[in-house]
Amino acid sequence: MSTKAHTPKQEAASSTKMLRAMLGIGILSAFLIVSAFELTRPRVERLQAEALEKAVFNVLPGTESIRAFGLNAQGELVDKATGENTEYTCYAGYDQNENLVGYAVEAAGQGYADIIRILYGYDPKEQVVIGFQVLESKETPGLGDKIEKDQRFLDNFKALDVGLTPGGELKNKVITVKQGEKQNPWEIDGITGATISSRAIGNIIGASTSAVVPMLHGQSPPKVETEPKKNQ
Amino acid sequence: MSKDTTASGPAATTTDEFIKGLWRENPVFVQVLGMCPVLAVSNTAENALAMGLATAFVLLMSNILVSLLRDFIPKQVRIASYILIIATFVTVTDYAIQAISVELYKSLGAFISLIVVNCLILSRAEAFASKNTVGKSILDALGMGIGFTFALFCLGAVREILGNGTLFDWALFPEGFQNWIVMILPAGGFFTLAAWLLIINVIQTRKIKS
Repeated sequence: MSTKAHTPKQEAASSTKMLRAMLGIGILSAFLIVSAFELTRPRVERLQAEALEKAVFNVLPGTESIRAFGLNAQGELVDKATGENTEYTCYAGYDQNENLVGYAVEAAGQGYADIIRILYGYDPKEQVVIGFQVLESKETPGLGDKIEKDQRFLDNFKALDVGLTPGGELKNKVITVKQGEKQNPWEIDGITGATISSRAIGNIIGASTSAVVPMLHGQSPPKVETEPKKNQ
Repeated sequence: MSKDTTASGPAATTTDEFIKGLWRENPVFVQVLGMCPVLAVSNTAENALAMGLATAFVLLMSNILVSLLRDFIPKQVRIASYILIIATFVTVTDYAIQAISVELYKSLGAFISLIVVNCLILSRAEAFASKNTVGKSILDALGMGIGFTFALFCLGAVREILGNGTLFDWALFPEGFQNWIVMILPAGGFFTLAAWLLIINVIQTRKIKS
């Protein structure tokens, strides 16, 4: 301890003094937190919107422009701009000739640590999942987060079969199998060391595709009417 | 902190306040403080470095504020006040990282709030900033912060190289390298920390002998 150091006062401080100190620091803290929140909010929102847009372009290879849609309870696609409250959100991606590339669908479910939010691309022509990206997860770094980085795992989602029966039901529900045991095109090859996280991805995609794909399949591709967002 | 071996006697210079945190009183290797983030977040070099810098920032800001308010805070409520100050800056850091990059926030998000319970920050507030001038407190925080970041990086680099075969996501070994998965698991944190402490202590003992 420094001999020059200032030694704290030994006599008991009055309650007023304590109250004043705590209150003062509390107000200062509140002010700092609120101003940090307000200062960063516009940028955080912009970055999140950009990240989502980038993710849509990523899961729908060959996309040049996108439009956001909602799927309502009747299974109809409604333009997000109408403001109608919808159950599912999806993004239609178009190539440069304004042909439909596919739909990017948002889904979420319980992972190992917390809710995992993902985005996957669905190609209605081939009836396959053509892309996948994790939007938000708190999985264990180095282990569970392999679901975002492991190239072998991500290769599962280049042509994951979500074909429909003539009755409009999903033929086979997507499921995660043990690493190296993938045999069918609708199975996801899991990751050793990230068993729970990779299984969670299978469950999320399985649940979402069996609900959304039959609805999306019957849709005629929505026409591009409004000015869509361009890929930069 | 009773175990504050600060040798800043009458001869202590201002540079000494800065230097001591880097090596002689390194918060991780010598004081063995803040083990929770050291063991939990050092699984990759990038995580370790980002965590170290975030902690250093919180340490610096809280040291400044604690030092400024040292005559205003009564002794009885000082710990509560320090925690409040530290938690405030952790929240500010959390927002700042969100605004800097979504990617960085994604890889660190869960760990940022853990800085609140890092006892290194509380110990510097209690043992140093509450008794010294703002200038000295800044130097102390910078030294300790850089020392902490350096130590975390030492652990993170070793664990990533052995456990993942990479450094900052750059592959270091040829295809056939078998990763030591245990090194990125929690147990690997203890092994690596023990190894570093052993090395540091051997060096220190030799220095004293000679």
